[in-house]
Amino acid sequence: MARMKFLCDADRCIECNACVTACKNENEVPWGLNRRRVVTINDGKPGERSVSMACMHCTDAPCASVCPVNCIFSTDDGVVLHSKDLCIGCGYCFYACPFGAPQYPQLGNFGSRGKMDKCTYCAGGGGSEVPGSGEEYAKYGANRMLRGELPLCAEMCSTKSLLAGDGEVIAQIYKERVVKRGYGSGAWGWMTAYREDIAV
Amino acid sequence: MRDLLARARFVIAAIAIGWLVGFAVPAVAQQAGATFEPQADAVNQGTLLKEFPRIQGNINQLDPQARVLIQPGGRTWDYFHQIVLRWIGAIAVIGTLAALAAGYFLLGRLRISAGRSGRKVARFNAFERTAHWVTAVSFVVLAITGLNITFGKALLLPLMGPDAFSAFAQYSKYTHNFVSFAFVLGLALIIVIFIRDNIPDKTDIAWFKQGGGFIKSRHAPARRFNAGEKLVFWGSLGAGIAVAASGFLLLFPFYITNIFGMQIAQVVHAVIAMLFIALILGHIYIGTLGMEGAFEAMWTGDVDYNWAKEHHDLWLDEKLAKGRGGPRPELPSPTPAE
Repeated sequence: MARMKFLCDADRCIECNACVTACKNENEVPWGLNRRRVVTINDGKPGERSVSMACMHCTDAPCASVCPVNCIFSTDDGVVLHSKDLCIGCGYCFYACPFGAPQYPQLGNFGSRGKMDKCTYCAGGGGSEVPGSGEEYAKYGANRMLRGELPLCAEMCSTKSLLAGDGEVIAQIYKERVVKRGYGSGAWGWMTAYREDIAV
Repeated sequence: MRDLLARARFVIAAIAIGWLVGFAVPAVAQQAGATFEPQADAVNQGTLLKEFPRIQGNINQLDPQARVLIQPGGRTWDYFHQIVLRWIGAIAVIGTLAALAAGYFLLGRLRISAGRSGRKVARFNAFERTAHWVTAVSFVVLAITGLNITFGKALLLPLMGPDAFSAFAQYSKYTHNFVSFAFVLGLALIIVIFIRDNIPDKTDIAWFKQGGGFIKSRHAPARRFNAGEKLVFWGSLGAGIAVAASGFLLLFPFYITNIFGMQIAQVVHAVIAMLFIALILGHIYIGTLGMEGAFEAMWTGDVDYNWAKEHHDLWLDEKLAKGRGGPRPELPSPTPAE
């Protein structure tokens, strides 16, 4: 069974934000919510590095572990989804997530937050809606996985730095790159998310 | 003319060849072994994470929290909340209940040795009692709704099913957020009202030395509040302020602190709340089951004369000394003559 992962090749990312725009558009993410973001470290200095970051769909996801109502779960593909019907907007998943993936629409007072929203790997949502339906789209965004398609952020990446797909396949691609060019700053977040490193 | 053209072609050719040679030389030099790695001075993720607990950079979006690229501490906080805190809570709550049950079955209820006299002494006035009950009721509500966050999905979710439990947890969260203000108000009143009578003094050392009233043969002296009650007061004051302050930070997330600050606030709030619950369980026990004649002090405001003499003798003396010329203690009503 394929185990879906993300890999952002920090040596190729040019901070164009195409992934951010693609995700926003495809899933009609409301204003103020950012499922995907590009973080630039050492901006303007030697060793500047940009990484595209959204939900990494972790193995043994800490968000799922800490949720007080168990609304977050992993599918067989390894995609971490959640149910907005069960979510109480407590914000604990954001405290636990090493990548800052959960987003909240800030709908209430006293940090009430509203229903958590996050990258779904373009695989619809974890609620009771029919996969691929209009209701599911309104709540969670696109379900490209149903058509056998990969997330749009990776498809739209201008330099193919953001890779999405089966973990074995993208790890292999990354290894080939590192060998070819002779250097690689490592697969960002893989140790924290999947408890494995890409040894080259 | 032909000479000129021939010369011109020769010059152009010479320049062209010169350019080609000029370009070829560096290429040859590169192939010779001077490799250039544009990212060689970049630090990889593992090294960076060893130096900093959080890696952050610049982003295009407006939310400052999104600047954090990775904070592995989140997994540690998850471990704390799911495992460490549950142990603390289980030991604090169940352990305390077990100890109190043991105390009740071994020692039994602390009776008034001389029996009830039927005469009453005024102990707490209406304002004091109101402040106490506002705090007490809000504390119980906050404790239950708060424990639901830690233990709800283990204990209640299997019984209620996901939809009902989510609805319950949602209302629980709102209740907790709003009732907290009543608790803080009540706590502030209690501190202001009772702090004067809770200052530790020499009587408390004597009270401890005499066994705190648990050893029947000895007499433990006390003023308005004995040393045990003073411990409850100061414990509640400290725990209450800690829980209120950390709770306030949790109520307004990221207004003052960053992600690490929020995690610390949650840890402080949860751990101190669990210990506070243990303390108050003890307080509730003594005030209800554990000691005869204690509950009416806070419910009606009056206590039995013999109870006061046994447990708060110095306070009773002070009251009687003041009472010369003041209202008399309530005498039992005489049976009407038929």
